[in-house]
Amino acid sequence: MQPLSHAFKERSVQALQDETLQVALNRAKDGFAVKRARAVDGLPEFDALRDRAVAIRNHTLEHLDHYLERYADAVERSGGRVHWASSAEDARRIVVDICRAAGARMITKGKSMVGEEVGVNDALEEAGFEVVETDLGEYIIQLAHEPPSHIIVPAVHKTRGQIADLFHENHQKYGLHRKLSEVPEMVNEARQVLRAKYLAADVGITGANFLIAETGTNVIVTNEGNGDLTCSLPRVHIVTAGIEKVVPTAEDATTLLRLLARSATGQDLTTYTTFSTGPKRSGDTDGPDEYHVVLVDSGRSSMLADDFREMLRCIRCGACMNHCPVYGAIGGHAYGWVYPGPMGSVLTPLSVGLKEAGNLPNACTLNGHCAEVCPVRIPLPDLLRTLRHREYQLRLGLKPLRWGLAAWVWFTSHPRIYRLGTRVQARMLALLAGRKGRFTRMPLAGSWFKGGRDLPAPQGETFMAVWKRRQRERKQ
Amino acid sequence: MTAATEMPATPGRPRVGLFVTCLADIYRPNVGLAAVALLEQADCSVEVPQAQTCCGQPSYNNGDLAGAAKTARHTIEAFEEFDYVVVPSGSCAGMLRDYPRLFASESGWRQRAEAMAGKTHELISFLTDVRGMAAVQASFGRVVTYHDSCHGLRALRIKEQPRRLLASVDGLELREMGDSEVCCGFGGTFCVKYPEISGRMVADKAAAITATGADVVLGGDLGCLLNIAGRLGREGGGVHVYHVAEVLAGIADVPGLGDPPGSGGEPR
Ligand code: SF4
Repeated sequence: MQPLSHAFKERSVQALQDETLQVALNRAKDGFAVKRARAVDGLPEFDALRDRAVAIRNHTLEHLDHYLERYADAVERSGGRVHWASSAEDARRIVVDICRAAGARMITKGKSMVGEEVGVNDALEEAGFEVVETDLGEYIIQLAHEPPSHIIVPAVHKTRGQIADLFHENHQKYGLHRKLSEVPEMVNEARQVLRAKYLAADVGITGANFLIAETGTNVIVTNEGNGDLTCSLPRVHIVTAGIEKVVPTAEDATTLLRLLARSATGQDLTTYTTFSTGPKRSGDTDGPDEYHVVLVDSGRSSMLADDFREMLRCIRCGACMNHCPVYGAIGGHAYGWVYPGPMGSVLTPLSVGLKEAGNLPNACTLNGHCAEVCPVRIPLPDLLRTLRHREYQLRLGLKPLRWGLAAWVWFTSHPRIYRLGTRVQARMLALLAGRKGRFTRMPLAGSWFKGGRDLPAPQGETFMAVWKRRQRERKQ
Repeated sequence: MTAATEMPATPGRPRVGLFVTCLADIYRPNVGLAAVALLEQADCSVEVPQAQTCCGQPSYNNGDLAGAAKTARHTIEAFEEFDYVVVPSGSCAGMLRDYPRLFASESGWRQRAEAMAGKTHELISFLTDVRGMAAVQASFGRVVTYHDSCHGLRALRIKEQPRRLLASVDGLELREMGDSEVCCGFGGTFCVKYPEISGRMVADKAAAITATGADVVLGGDLGCLLNIAGRLGREGGGVHVYHVAEVLAGIADVPGLGDPPGSGGEPR
């Protein structure tokens, strides 16, 4: 996917003005946060579980090479094949090659963020395959030719009316001629169409929530059961996964699963949790003939080596964006790449560069809500600040801001001049504001007012001046 | 040029250096006066170092760590001598507590920064958690709502302390707003870098405030309060904005933030 993060400012303003989008965002707004809070309240050991999860993730990252090797060995032992993709390009090529070798025509896909990241769909379509997303949300945005706007709920930006229109436009060929209005009807409509695709598919591609090193098992969670059908019905199953998805044992995976569902949707556990290990063995009633895993690095190992290692603990639950007021106001597309919200604002600049995505770490009030809810305690605001530091060092930020900061630092380390300057400023502003007590506009400060707000005027005297006078009076 | 113009400390009373913050200094001296009054009620000897300026957040949060470190050194020098450093802002107190991070590779300064961080407190949590204050002598016969500023809430765990003290204010009724823990959209330079997003956030905040029917909104951070007052003022609604310390100290008889001078803070 071509990043559009450089246009964040314009896109965020458009999003704020997009009334349909705002309807969808408002409807989604508190739902997840409320459900998460309820689930967390219902589990007294939630915080202890988080500590364990952090320990598991840190330990694995510490020994990532070891666990990846163990995982790859276990996959091979179970009859599967592991492919290493160091870049997005590699990953695309590997997936296309496997599909070609399998003589495939139709490919079904379970939801996979790494698939979005490396652009699997486009590559496959370009190579002439028919690709169908089987997660309902992904299916909807595939019909709309849009990227996901949320990592858990890809079509959260769509209203029911828009979805009905999409079915109406795209399902005529399947015999749908009336406009649907109820959600169950739409779910059913998608199911009918997808059922035929599952049966016709030659290859099924899924992501991975976790990869278990000891057994070579891939774990995926869904609420629709589409993951099961995608990995077991076609002849070939391809798992695409970031290298950070590996965990040592099945027990570790369970610990993380307990956190994942609660943090993501407020469920104790998702409706389906699917474990798949290798191809069909003799005697198995179902399963694929071929089982491939594409392990994607694409910048992850360099994150491991620098200040952003903690970001690799991420289990892609989406809680940070569900609690982010900026995401809540503008939705996911404004961020301009695959991962939106707080986690995306860290990942995107690391993947596509600060020059492209420098706005993302800045478009945050550092309010800390994301870090508070992150199940693996990633200090997202600190990481965003570190990116700002990097941007500052690379001199990529706005020049006037740089000069302003330099002037301010000089000012703050010269207290006499500072005292004088602030005294004048407080007095002037109070006088200029006059009887109103606040400004409705001001030259050079236009940005403040662009936010649809006035600026309160100072009381008139600085505290330091008042205090000095009082001290003099006290002494007399 | 530190402290020293103040009264001699009485033995047994802790010496508190008040870091008034640049916003309170320039915009709202009344907050500084309220802080002094409350600290004196809590049996502290309060001093105001004349060399203090800004905590360094603008630099820190915009990636200029060297600039932030420069401001931090200056602040440490000005406040090192006190038993406590007290700040009427969760955000700035949080910054002072973050100083050690600025000196990862300078062990001398890091130690000084750690000492400073260890004795720095936000005003309301200092009064309650450190000085054991349980009630204030003040009256304020109005309906108020309270906005939890993010840094105080999340970095310093300030939530129930201001409410506990407000409960002791004569005549005051606290009516909680929905989403009181959601950011108001100020975020330092964020509010001018992304004014449209910030504007949406503060409009949502103003709506939550207005929905309570309260006549006054209180909070512990002037940055947020300026933002909120700016929005409420633009809407022309009848909600007045004060720093919580002004009410607790019984000196919220001046116009609220953004109210016309001389309006005495009466309902509009
Ligand atoms: S950063 Fe944390 S909260 Fe956000 S998606 Fe990753 S694990 Fe979930």
